[in-house]
Amino acid sequence: MFDALSDKFSGIFEGLRRRGALSEADVNEALREVRLAMLEADVALPVVKDFIARVRERAVGSEVLDAVSPGQQVAKIVNDALVEALGGAGAVPLNLNAPAPIPILLVGLQGSGKTTTAGKLALRLRTRERRRVLLASLDTQRPAAQLQLAQLAERAEVVSLPIVAGQAPVEIARRAMDVGRREGYDVVLLDTAGRLSIDQALMDEVRAIRAATNPVETLLVVDAMTGQDAVNTARAFHEALGITGVVLTRMDGDARGGAALSMRQVTGAPIKFSGSGEKIDALDEFHPERVAGRILGLGDIVGLVERAAETIDQDEAERLAKKMLKGSFTLEDYAAQLKQIGKMGSLGSIVGMLPGLGHLKQKIEDANLDQTVFKRQQAIISSMTIQERRQPEIIKASRKKRIAAGSGTSVTDVNRLLKQFDDMSTMMKKMGKMGQKGLMRGGLSALMAQAQQGGRGNPRRPF
Amino acid sequence: MAGFFSRLKQGLSRSTQKLTGGLAAITKRRLDDEALEELEETLIAADLGPAVAKRIIANFRRTRFGTEVTDREIRESLATEIATILEPVAQPFRLDPTRKPHVVLVVGVNGTGKTTTIGKLALQFREENKKPVLVAGDTFRAAAVEQLQIWGERTKSPVIAGATNADAAGLAFEALTRAQRDQADVLLIDTAGRLHNKAALMEELRKIIRVLRKQDETAPHSVLLVLDATTGQNAIQQVRVFKEMVDVTGLVVTKLDGSARGGIVVALAEEFGIPVHAVGVGEQAGDLRAFEAVDFARGLVGEPETAPG
Ligand SMILES: Nc1nc2c(ncn2[C@@H]2O[C@H](COP(=O)(O)OP(=O)(O)OP(=O)(O)O)[C@@H](O)[C@H]2O)c(=O)[nH]1
Ligand SMILES: Nc1nc2c(ncn2[C@@H]2O[C@H](COP(=O)(O)OP(=O)(O)OP(=O)(O)O)[C@@H](O)[C@H]2O)c(=O)[nH]1
Ligand SMILES: [Mg+2]
Ligand SMILES: [Mg+2]
Repeated sequence: MFDALSDKFSGIFEGLRRRGALSEADVNEALREVRLAMLEADVALPVVKDFIARVRERAVGSEVLDAVSPGQQVAKIVNDALVEALGGAGAVPLNLNAPAPIPILLVGLQGSGKTTTAGKLALRLRTRERRRVLLASLDTQRPAAQLQLAQLAERAEVVSLPIVAGQAPVEIARRAMDVGRREGYDVVLLDTAGRLSIDQALMDEVRAIRAATNPVETLLVVDAMTGQDAVNTARAFHEALGITGVVLTRMDGDARGGAALSMRQVTGAPIKFSGSGEKIDALDEFHPERVAGRILGLGDIVGLVERAAETIDQDEAERLAKKMLKGSFTLEDYAAQLKQIGKMGSLGSIVGMLPGLGHLKQKIEDANLDQTVFKRQQAIISSMTIQERRQPEIIKASRKKRIAAGSGTSVTDVNRLLKQFDDMSTMMKKMGKMGQKGLMRGGLSALMAQAQQGGRGNPRRPF
Repeated sequence: MAGFFSRLKQGLSRSTQKLTGGLAAITKRRLDDEALEELEETLIAADLGPAVAKRIIANFRRTRFGTEVTDREIRESLATEIATILEPVAQPFRLDPTRKPHVVLVVGVNGTGKTTTIGKLALQFREENKKPVLVAGDTFRAAAVEQLQIWGERTKSPVIAGATNADAAGLAFEALTRAQRDQADVLLIDTAGRLHNKAALMEELRKIIRVLRKQDETAPHSVLLVLDATTGQNAIQQVRVFKEMVDVTGLVVTKLDGSARGGIVVALAEEFGIPVHAVGVGEQAGDLRAFEAVDFARGLVGEPETAPG
């Protein structure tokens, strides 16, 4: 799906490039595709309309008239506008500038991931911010909800408020704040029951909880797979509570995550974190510039680099990232990355992040080949000479035969790898050229800045 | 029973308000391009997806373009059009009485309502004087076992559970053996939520099926995929992968008591034709209803549901 959309996009924009000048009709044609792409990515219709109107205004203006390559220009305008609409480059941290105990309230629809996120935030606050955290579940609705949070607290090695049967949510909230004050906690995380935005009784209840605790952050937890209803949910929760931040869960899935844009537009609140798994450490800062590419279906190369950074050391990740950007990524680098891939979990999701390899992802999933493809590729690269790895163009028929024999594969396999590597390099070069505020610059520099911070005895990725 | 029916009605009429708002603008006027575009947008906003919405409206244009219509007429005929797509998949869930037990594997992505739906189904079977047995196959998530155990208590159904992090396949095998011995009518196996793009987790589900088949080669007799009505276009990919990996036999759509319309079901019916057995309309045990094509379609376009019979 990613791939089809990239193709569609480059198709239109190449069309524009050929024609040279950019007319209003050209812009409209491109924007029709953008509209469709956004709807397919589940951006809510009113938000799409608003966005398209803004981009049209910018695109048909003078900026574009001087453009050397109008197609690229439109692509850049769309991407920049989307990044901006999502909150601009860089992540927005939790607001912890308040006297302790700092109350943080988590709200959202049923099953969106509130309780899990509460556990993840607790771990993060304890390990990265070195705060004393108290977890409290105000969920008296769902069976075993309070026990669920208590178990997560154990995993996060933080304290959870003792469960008192029969207490109402508002009472539990007050008790949590009392304990927080008395026992000197820095942060009190309040997990609430899932509720529908149209359920008046439960919305009143959460209003009362808010009034009783006066939270510094009221985080709306939303599933990245959410469809058009995102606007209704966002509006209702925002009107009732004044949302200060959004957490987008299940970004480890393959949903394009258009709900992010809907949420941001309706609440105006920054998206602060994204959930990337069920485990307690699977919470990432939210980087708008990466999700923009995902919503437009352009792949998430920075996400790939960052996930690699969790397993490879920072220097190596930085080196690979720079090379990817410059387009000087060699087969040697690719082999180094393949080695890490085994450690990085789901193959399909990683391959899906590599631009231009969307088709491979589908194939891998269809054939259920799993890791064997990459093992084979590693074998092929290791049968090459150093010179061959650095300059794959010198690999002609006889060298191919030798490499195939050496790696126990066929010449077809070797060809396939070379072709794939070539496609990958082309894609990377294209992305690198997208300009200063292009697709990934912001993301990478942000990543590098964080990597540097990591050197100051506060490891960014302790897990 | 009246309680949850009116609750569903409440949910639907709220949606009706919203959708009618959009449609009211084209009351009693010529069904022209502009009016049709508004209708198409109404469908998109209900999660039918841009392609399906476009196709339905194109059909609609062929028959109705240029006619003078009232708001009501439009909604009636649009609902009829959509109901035609949904009718073939509206199939109630039925137990095969020759199976002792009828093995039901309940699957889906995280947080859609699998465990709750098992509780609701257990109540339904109990009310039919059947003997259900529940299996706490989610050995991963915090307090998942305890959650199902509470559903077992609520519905007076036995729950078979293993140790935390126990092998779900092994547990399912053991549960099937016991259910056969105890002459249970239906074995409802809960599983951990999993995203369809995680190959290893999908493989784990296949393993459960392989192991069940060692005991009963016809098992599982049903594989129910639980879908959240708030899900957008990604539901298509979910159904595609789960169907391919574990041969889904039917869908349950949950959380239809909310403001989400679940229009993706129309796209799913067109693309896969997998039966939709039931809809979830609340968090209580009684909040499960059969999927009715006409009512659902009316809900989508903002036409009131037919009166309860
Ligand atoms: N893959 C994935 N699963 C997640 C993520 N966040 C939460 N989950 C899973 O989603 C399911 C629901 O999470 P919960 O934390 O129980 O959701 P909740 O919002 O507290 O649910 P209620 O309290 O019932 O409203 C669980 O299976 C979690 O493991 C995520 O980022 N990725
Ligand atoms: N309003 C409403 N809530 C529902 C419905 N079905 C389930 N829920 C709620 O959704 C949340 C998640 O339900 P679960 O049954 O735990 O979901 P699950 O699929 O088992 O979740 P995991 O095992 O974590 O993947 C709970 O808060 C349920 O009460 C429904 O039809 N309507
Ligand atoms: Mg919860
Ligand atoms: Mg469950």
